[in-house]
Amino acid sequence: MTLSLSVSHRFAEFALDITLEAGPGITALFGRSGAGKTTVINAVGGLLRPDAGRIAVDGDVLVDTKRGIFVPPHKRRLGTVFQDARLFPHLNVAQNLMFGARYAPKGSEGPALSDVISLLGLEGLQTRAPATLSGGQKQRVALGRALLSHPRMLLMDEPLASLDGPRKQEILPFLERLRDGPLGLPILYVSHAVDEIARLADRLVLIQNGQIQAQGPLFEVMSNPAAVPLLGVREAGAVIEADVIAHGADGISTLRISAGEIELPGVQAPIGARVRLRVLAQDVILSLTRPEGLSSVNVLPVQIEDIHPGDGPGAAIALRAGTDRLLARVTARAVAELGLSKGTQCFAILKATTVAPGSIGR
Amino acid sequence: MTPDAAAWDALRLSLWVAVWATVLAIPLALWVAWLLARRDFWGKSLLNAAVHLPLVLPPVVTGYLLLMAFGRNAPLGRALESIGLQLAFHWSGAVLAAMIMGFPLMVRAMRLAIEAVDPKLEEAAASLGASRQSVFGRVTLPLILPGVLAGTVMGFAKAMGEFGATITFVANIPGQTQTLPSAIWSALQIPGGEGQAVVMVLMASAVAVSAVLLSEMLARRVAARIAGT
Repeated sequence: MTLSLSVSHRFAEFALDITLEAGPGITALFGRSGAGKTTVINAVGGLLRPDAGRIAVDGDVLVDTKRGIFVPPHKRRLGTVFQDARLFPHLNVAQNLMFGARYAPKGSEGPALSDVISLLGLEGLQTRAPATLSGGQKQRVALGRALLSHPRMLLMDEPLASLDGPRKQEILPFLERLRDGPLGLPILYVSHAVDEIARLADRLVLIQNGQIQAQGPLFEVMSNPAAVPLLGVREAGAVIEADVIAHGADGISTLRISAGEIELPGVQAPIGARVRLRVLAQDVILSLTRPEGLSSVNVLPVQIEDIHPGDGPGAAIALRAGTDRLLARVTARAVAELGLSKGTQCFAILKATTVAPGSIGR
Repeated sequence: MTPDAAAWDALRLSLWVAVWATVLAIPLALWVAWLLARRDFWGKSLLNAAVHLPLVLPPVVTGYLLLMAFGRNAPLGRALESIGLQLAFHWSGAVLAAMIMGFPLMVRAMRLAIEAVDPKLEEAAASLGASRQSVFGRVTLPLILPGVLAGTVMGFAKAMGEFGATITFVANIPGQTQTLPSAIWSALQIPGGEGQAVVMVLMASAVAVSAVLLSEMLARRVAARIAGT
């Protein structure tokens, strides 16, 4: 199941012009508010009629302005989860869930009510009225309702944006289960939170002023030095995969990445698990010689792949570390003083605080 | 003092006319209310003005306009009469007059109820696969039901009390077109008729007050329902 989209739409303030494909897994659309993310979701869902373009799911054309095709929202079979859960206030939780199931085509493949209730931890909530639910519970019911309509694809428009930290942590594991589970539903996920995307996305599309600035596999885009200004200098940084190989008695765990082993505190995953690590660019320090006597033990030999000067005093540096790519943010002055250039062999020092517990995934 | 036969006749006819007028007006009022609340189209303000016209026109003018359109010598009246439907000087004409006079009140209440429903809920229902009719039937209508009932009660009360347009259009024939307000007016024209007038005034007041109380109660429920409590 693959979504192909190419739309342009003119607003008073800017013109949107987007071409993208979203296949299995989670494709995240990231951009600041007003960048055009929600416009894309609304065009796919049928809430917005684009000025020009074509949208298709596999061979099924939903919109083709040239041929005058516009399939109404209720015939698209795309489940949408909105930022506000939009549960029907006159129906209880079970009735809200069954509202989705009512319109699933007869004989269509997809989860049953009991599957959704256990997947999303909704046991015991069935007879509750939406007004009595917490924000996180509402959002889980909204997700279940969408799943029960047996959509070909899920559209999620900032589903966590109106929730506080603990509520977000409550939902994230469910979204991960959905991504890794047997449903294998493609998800188009709009967000302006880098931590959510680093944890969830398989592919990332960066949007600014209605234009795509970068797109590709998450690990590639997150470690692309050109993406630093788009993600924000504080949020930018590579996402890499690591295997948990040991948990120390002192709470420090050892993880293996392609360039070697690193030690991190606060790793919850069991030994043998594969986790995602987010290495913020501003938390990576470069040294030309192997440093001695440091409080951090996470030192990796790396090679400079690319140097991307920013508008300010900083520069983003792409580093090859084993088969992974890391991103470091240093000052332009340091680049000059150390004589850093493409191909330079050096050492990257990762602060052990690099990975917050919340940003360890899987 | 007990109501005489004419008073009971008038009450019966008024209730009969008001029930018919209300039942016939509900679907049309709901549709117009939905158009005004949810759609944008050319001539929307014109439709809105037309709906509200009976509220601002003197009722006798509305009655006269009805007579011009549906009188036995008017083309429309003659056409309807040829298919066996006489409106002028007939209780069915009183139904039409009551419908028109109560219509703005019904549309108003229903429109407010529809506007109080978040369109985002309707979008969500459509995204789940519900057609526009299903969205209306399963989401919008249940949420506005108390508002629809409140508007219906207001329309019913207005139909019960309608006098000016009715007496102009269908006259005041006891037992045929004499509604409760017309009967009260007639009683007041007869020396010594005040007694029966007072009885009928009490009847009319009882019906009107119950209608308003019912409507208030239902209006409170619409608010509670949309707030989801």
